[in-house]
Parts: sequence; structure tokens; C-alpha cells
Amino acid sequence: MGTNITAVVTGVVDAYKKDRSRLLDIVRDVQAQLGCVNDEAAAQIAASMNVSRVDVDGVVTFYHFFSKTPVGKYSVYLNNSVTAQMNGRAAVAKSFTDLAGCQFGQTTADGLIGLFDTSCIGMNDQEPAALINGVVFTRLNADKVKSIVGDMKAGKKVEDMVRDHGDGANQSALVKSMVNNNIQRKGPVIFAPFESGKALKAAVAKSPDDVIEELKVSNIRGRGGAGFPTGMKWEFCRKAQGAKHYVVCNADEGEPGTFKDRVILTEAPALLFEGMAIGGYAVGASEGVLYLRAEYMYLRKYLEDVLDGLRKKSVLGANAGGKSGFNFDIKIQMGAGAYICGEESALIESAEGKRGEPRNRPPFPVQNGYMGYPTTVNNVETYCAAARIVLEGGKWFKSMGTAQSAGTKLVSVSGDCRKPGVYEIEFGTTVQTLLELVDGRTARAVQVGGPSGTCVGKKDFGRRICYDDLATGGSIIIIGPNRDLLEVVHNFMEFFVEESCGWCAPCRAGNQLLLHKLEKIMHGHGTEGDLKELESWCKIVKSMSRCGLGQTSPNPIATTLQNFREVYEAKIRKGADYDTEFDLLASVQESCRVAGRIPNIHEEH
Amino acid sequence: MSKPIVATASLAGCFGCHMSILDIDERILTLIDLVEFNKSPIDDIKKFTKMCDIGIIEGGCCNSENVENLRAFRKNCKILISCGECAIMGGLPAMRNGIPVKECLEEAYLKSPTVDDTIIPNDDELPMILDRVYPLHEIVKIDYYLPGCPPRADLIWEALVALLNNKPLSLPYEVVKFD
Repeated sequence: MGTNITAVVTGVVDAYKKDRSRLLDIVRDVQAQLGCVNDEAAAQIAASMNVSRVDVDGVVTFYHFFSKTPVGKYSVYLNNSVTAQMNGRAAVAKSFTDLAGCQFGQTTADGLIGLFDTSCIGMNDQEPAALINGVVFTRLNADKVKSIVGDMKAGKKVEDMVRDHGDGANQSALVKSMVNNNIQRKGPVIFAPFESGKALKAAVAKSPDDVIEELKVSNIRGRGGAGFPTGMKWEFCRKAQGAKHYVVCNADEGEPGTFKDRVILTEAPALLFEGMAIGGYAVGASEGVLYLRAEYMYLRKYLEDVLDGLRKKSVLGANAGGKSGFNFDIKIQMGAGAYICGEESALIESAEGKRGEPRNRPPFPVQNGYMGYPTTVNNVETYCAAARIVLEGGKWFKSMGTAQSAGTKLVSVSGDCRKPGVYEIEFGTTVQTLLELVDGRTARAVQVGGPSGTCVGKKDFGRRICYDDLATGGSIIIIGPNRDLLEVVHNFMEFFVEESCGWCAPCRAGNQLLLHKLEKIMHGHGTEGDLKELESWCKIVKSMSRCGLGQTSPNPIATTLQNFREVYEAKIRKGADYDTEFDLLASVQESCRVAGRIPNIHEEH
Repeated sequence: MSKPIVATASLAGCFGCHMSILDIDERILTLIDLVEFNKSPIDDIKKFTKMCDIGIIEGGCCNSENVENLRAFRKNCKILISCGECAIMGGLPAMRNGIPVKECLEEAYLKSPTVDDTIIPNDDELPMILDRVYPLHEIVKIDYYLPGCPPRADLIWEALVALLNNKPLSLPYEVVKFD
């Protein structure tokens, strides 16, 4: 075993030329060959790369898809997003545990199958879904699980377990995935016809300053959800001093319920890459990085192939887009399972091969980003829109949407509606109009912007989807009339507890406290005082946390307390000034069992 | 009018908060004039002999005796104060909360290099260990919290004086900053 570890580690580390910034890739490849990265493997990686052991352990323990203990020859990661739960996840999970013979969080005794929960994998329109050794399985049910576990026990290759393929490029030889695009509504920006090479050619015919000016005219704001003006970001980056500049694409859509980037990456990757090249031209970069979430590993070969095609067509490479002296290429950096890496400075840390912990800001990435150089980090959809703006003009773009929110927005709709999928809608569309489009008229509530967004009820269905009203990075989850809203909130809070990076106390401890308080209320032990505490703790976590995660993580509770207070009121004990969940007899059971004694509870003094 | 009655206890704490109470120095003479002590390590009264006005508790709850004690305080004190980090958050003892009880007991009584016992103590007279260390407010209603490790003597003094005089406690920035 020892020599095997040495051989594997040496091989992998050499393949990446001992490059510190490739540590995530190194850990992934070592784990792929050894089944895990145990202490010995971590020590050898550290020694052979001349980095500290803590750096390696830090990476191995930070990311969800890395493990110090074996994850099984077949590692099943079953999505636990709220939409999966709505669509029968519990039964699917039970089938897995019954048939595989181990619980979630465990590996079977023979090391064949490992079962794990995982946060939203970007398949909310086709749940319950799972990743098995990186291959996506959608719309799972008890029958499908039976056949999958049978195949695993028979030693079948995971790729061969996929029988049906989805639509569009999901069928292409390099993807061959059962994922469906579910494009329900095409619009003029993202899914309109696009001739590869044309946008970059139009861009390089102008000066970089003019390209930035065009973006400013368009009024485009970041599509990830925060809505920072893209033209301004590119200008800051261009003007920042640095020996090099970088363009980074944030393809780490981890907000539960969003999957629109998955569809762009599948159906419009050339538009995206061209948008990145335009970004490179505008800010003065010669390298771009696509940071692709680990969940979308199944698209990697396909995307590499698209990049190769663009190099052959000289859209990428030396004299890109036919512009003499403009050299630009793009590399793909895989993530490893961490929601926090959607935060741009955490993403940069991760792309550099470190734990994905947010940086202190300032300095902002536009001043001090990837590898310490000025970097513009933009969303997948933003680059696509930028390419289209160069083709069609800033005024054209600005003519759509609202004054503060120009253009269209891709939204990923899932949950209790007849037509889940991706919709390109104009900014300013009301929730009600969207509900009619997706055939989700019976909705009791709509979660706009994912768990970190806002939960609105019927009285607010007239509100508009745009930055100045209901902002969203793309996630829209419809909650039907028969759903227990507190169960939905609970699912969201469990997500944030799991995904908090742990760096700052308000987020690390605060989300735990919020979750426990919510559970106390759900269990019927809440009081008026607990509701007041929930409200004030939400404010503390939001105002004291270091990055966007903790600044928005209390939103599931805060927005439902605001819009659905009656749901909480119905659960609490009216008039009681205090209640406890503490059960003395239950809490001493384990220690008495271990010590071999029978609990003897005395009466109070 | 009779003097207000104060009771104190240290549960899963280190008595550091009680040391901090003593740190009020010569003001302790004033305190004796102001209040009467009942159940407390300060006068060594073991059981409540009358209803008290103020109960001050240091330490969280790590075993069944702590819980019984705490409940007795709640029953016999009109106002209950959670005093110090352990009472409020569990503190240092709560570091075991991430470790299964079985592992803790085995480490303490079977595997530790300094023990040669072969059993985990199981006498019926011994308090039973809880599954985790609890802050006080998760078990009974707490009226006031005095943070710190330990809370500074001045804070304890000022809180008591404010309470006895029915006046709001002055909390300048220096008192609530922790770094």
C-alpha cells in the first residue's frame, strides 16, 4: 500500500509539475486513484510539492468531494435540495440505503458503494438527482435505484449505466448525459442564433475603451445576482496596475435552484467563451479561467473540445479574433464542491489551489485578484450578454428591461409547477406573469433568488423580478399550496450550516443557532420570545458576517418571518414566556449505557 | 425592610466567576450591608432556606446534578443571572460537545495514561453525564446575562447595584468590547 501511494502521488504531482496552484487537481487525481486522500497520501503530497501538510489537509477537508476516508468504488452523492425533497427524495434515499446496505455518510463494508448527501447539483428541474463518480443521474425513483445498485454490484462502468440521453448537446459524443436542457423560453440575448467568431471580430474592430463604453451604455449589471455594473468593473480592472490581467468566469452556480449556467454551458459555450475573449480584450488580459463547479465535471471534455475548436478557428490563441497582437486563451479549472466558491474572492482562492475562503476586501479582485493580478470575475450569463451587446449595441440591450435592470435574465424555475426549466425573461417581469408562464398558478409562495433571496407570498406576486425589487441570480423555486413552509426554510438553513466556510463566527455559529431555534419552534416548543430572538439574531448574522454568504443566509427565516409570520405564530406556545426542549432522562441515556448503570433521576429540591 | 437575598452557585465552571465576585475588593463589605446571602459557596449554605431575590450562576450544565441544582435555583430565585462564558455558551467544557460521550468517558477513565482503573465509574450516587454541555438558558428561563471569562468584577458589581436600585445598567463600549 505504502509504495502504491508513493507511486500514485509521485505520478500525479509530476504530471502537474509540482504547481502549487493545481493542488485541487492533484488531490482530485490522487483520490480518483486511491479512493481517498488519507494522512499518508496527504503527507506525501505535501512533501513532494514542498508545501506544508496543513495546506494539503486544509484543501482535502474543505471541499465536499474530497475525503480522508474511502468514498467507495462507486460514490453516490444524492442531492438534498428542497426540490429533490418535493419530488420524493426520501423514498429514493431509502432505496439506496436498503439495497446498498449502508447509511448515508458511510461506505459499504466491502468498500464498493459510498452514499453521501450533497448540496444542490444544478438539476432542480429533474429531481431527485445524484452524481455517481461524477456522472449525473436524474429523475430517480425506487425502480431506477434498484437497477443502478444492481449495476454497481455487477461491477458495471458508471458511464454504461446511463441508458437514455437528454436533449440537444447532452447527446453529443463527449457528453452523453441523461440531463435535459428544459429550455422553455428563448429570448434575444442568450439563446438567439449566434455565429461563432462574429462578436469578437466586432469587438477587436473597436478600441478596448470603446468596448467598455458600449457596455456602460447598455447598463448591464452582473448576472450572478449582486448586480455590480459590468462596464465599471471592466474599467476598474483595465485601469488597475499589474504586469498581467486576468479574466475569470464564475461557473460555480451553487445557489440551490439555479441551473441556467448548466444550460448555457451545454448549448451556448461558444458564446460564453467569446464573451470571455471580449472581456480579455477590454481589460488587457491574455488568459482566461473558467472556474467550473465539480458538479458539472460531466461537461468538461465537451467544453475542452469547444475550446479546441475555437483555437482552430483563431477565435482563441495568438492574434485572437484576427486582431494582431491580441493573444488570448482560456483554461478550465475545476472546483471540488463548495457553495462559498461562488463568492468571487473565494473562487479566486480556490482557483489558486487553496481552501475557498473569502478574502478581505479591499483590495478588490479588480486590483488584486487571480495570482495577485488585476482580475475581472463575471458570471457565465454576463459574458454571454456582453458578447451579444457588442454585436447588437448597448442601446438595443438597454431598450429591454427596466431603467435600473437592463436586458433579459435567464431564470431557472423548479418546484411545484408544470413546466420547470430555463426561461429567458425581460427584467421587470412580475412574479405573477412568470407563474402563468411556468404553469404554477396554485403557488403558495415563491422563493426568488434561491435560499439567499426572498420568499414572497400571494400579496407580493405583483412584484417585479429585477435588481431594484426582487433580485435573483436565476433561482426561482415554486412552493405549492400543500407544502410545509417551515420544512422548506429548514432545508435552506441546513444548507447554509453545511456550506458556511467557518471563517467568521457570526456565520459559523450564527447559522447553527438559527437552525436550532427554528427546530425548537417546529417541535412546538417555541414562544413569542423565541420569535423575537430569531428576528434579532437574523440581523446580527446579516450585519456581522464577513462575506455574502452570512450576509444573506438568514434570509429564509427573515423573509418568511416577514411574509408568512402566521406560519410561525401557529407553531408557538401563546402566552408562555419560556419553554425548553431539554429532556433530562433522554440526555443521560448514552452516558448511563456506556457506564452500565440505570438512570436515576431525582425529583427537584 | 429586609435586605434582598442573593444565592450563587458554580455548576460546570471553574469558580473563576466567583473569584471575580470576590475581586470587588473592599466593596464586599458594602455588599454584605446591602444584601443577605443564602445558598452559596461564599457562606457555605448548602440548601435553600428561603425564597431569594437574585440567583447568580456560573458554569453550564454537564451532568444531572447541575440540572437539578439549576432547576432548584430557578424555583427559589425571583431573578436568575447567567454569569460568564460557560453559563451563557457552555464555555470550555462544551469543547467535548463534538465528541461522542462514549469516547470522552473512555478517554478519561480507561485510556488515559494516568489511570489504571478498568471501569467507567457507575455508582448510583454519582451524577450522570449529559449527552452534551448545555448553556443554562436551554434548560431554564434566564433573566439576565453577564458575559466575560470571567465577567469583570466591576461589571458584576455594577450589575448587582443596578438591580438592587432598580436602575438600568450603564454599558459603555469598554465594557462590551471583547478584542
